[in-house]
Amino acid sequence: MSLNVLFLQLLEGMVTSVSIFVLTLVFSLPLGLVISFGRMSKNIIVRTISKAYISVMRGTPLMLQLLMVYFGPHFIFNINISSNYRFYAVIIGFVLNYAAYFAEIYRSGIESMPKGQYEAAKVLGYGKFSTFFRIIFPQVIKIILPPITNEVITLVKDTSLAFVIAVSEMFATAKALASAQASVMPYIAAAIFYYVFNLLVAKIMEIIEKKMNYYK
Amino acid sequence: MNVLSLSNIKKNFGSIEVLKDISLNVREGEVMSIIGSSGSGKSTILRCATMLETINGGSIIYKGKKVAWENPDGSIVYANKGELTKIRSYFGLVFQNFNLFPHYSVLKNIIDAPIHVQKIHKEKAVEIAKDLLIKMGLEGKENYYPCQLSGGQQQRVAIARALALNPSILFFDEPTSALDPELTGEVLNVLKDLAAMHMTMVIVTHEMNFAKEVSDEVMFMDKGVVAQTGTPEEVFSSSNPRIKEFLGRFYG
Repeated sequence: MSLNVLFLQLLEGMVTSVSIFVLTLVFSLPLGLVISFGRMSKNIIVRTISKAYISVMRGTPLMLQLLMVYFGPHFIFNINISSNYRFYAVIIGFVLNYAAYFAEIYRSGIESMPKGQYEAAKVLGYGKFSTFFRIIFPQVIKIILPPITNEVITLVKDTSLAFVIAVSEMFATAKALASAQASVMPYIAAAIFYYVFNLLVAKIMEIIEKKMNYYK
Repeated sequence: MNVLSLSNIKKNFGSIEVLKDISLNVREGEVMSIIGSSGSGKSTILRCATMLETINGGSIIYKGKKVAWENPDGSIVYANKGELTKIRSYFGLVFQNFNLFPHYSVLKNIIDAPIHVQKIHKEKAVEIAKDLLIKMGLEGKENYYPCQLSGGQQQRVAIARALALNPSILFFDEPTSALDPELTGEVLNVLKDLAAMHMTMVIVTHEMNFAKEVSDEVMFMDKGVVAQTGTPEEVFSSSNPRIKEFLGRFYG
């Protein structure tokens, strides 16, 4: 098999990896914010549930969570699952897991905001909603960008875990090719792909960080 | 007419009584200074008046509208949310450490609340803001960010931000305490200009000469009670030993 064909096949897997990556971010970033509100809620029941959720999601392997999301409906509720569900299961698993991490990052940012910002907004007549979304949240984003970047880079590599429920993303493709060819070449190629992907992600995050540098 | 009436205000933080029984009235156009040593409750009275703290006793009335009052059983009731939102537009507060919004430019700091809270047209808000910036001696600083300004300039932006909402009364919580001595002058001059324009103001300050010069009324607070209220002459020549001791430290 020529290098070209190898690259093409990996590229196909890469499309799936990128889809998992993008969809996970699109859903887990807002969900994380909602969970962080729950985690900071004055209502003890909401707070306890959110805390327990974060604890379980961070305290168990993502691979196991993916298996649970995929096989759970069948074994627990006896629902017939189609193979289409594989991809959905991956997205659901990733979103639920990453939202927990993002929730804690949001919380750290929100709790680091000086009280004076809330007080100034209150005296100026801003309601709770506009205080948060006009005054607090834009500043929180700047503070949490570095830890978010960390998570996003981890996510690029974590997409490879989708292979456990046989979603043919790049890693699964590389694995199949490697055993078919009895060669380590597909792994090296996949490594390069992941690395370049992450280089790109890091670069984009760096640009966003720089854009936020217009104030201190 | 009184813009603000505080009657028998009590405030505790846990078991500590910070305000014991404070009453004060501010008439329209009046400048009142509140002086006294740290921990005497000066800032707390402003925080109660501006609803940043809830009171444990007494009543707060702005322009005849009740903010909070005592039930016959002694419990405190606050007006409903809609009423409080309305009353909030009667006053502005300038903080010791400015509390400007760092992610907004000078202009946006000033126009954001008029546009999004008072629903004023953007063009109108910008016009008001530019006018205020000229008055504050900050012409041409519209597009700067707070971090690019000196403390004195930041505090003047904060004053402009408060004025942009056209309040009936403006509170200042030690507006020059976070500034270098050489920057306090520029902020005090702005306050003097406002006093000359008969802006109703309550100023918590450690600047004794300023308080003496600019105030119609001076209130001296000590350990959560009002030790004396009167004209600057009356308070600064008081025979009250506590006041003499306090002022003695300023004038050596």
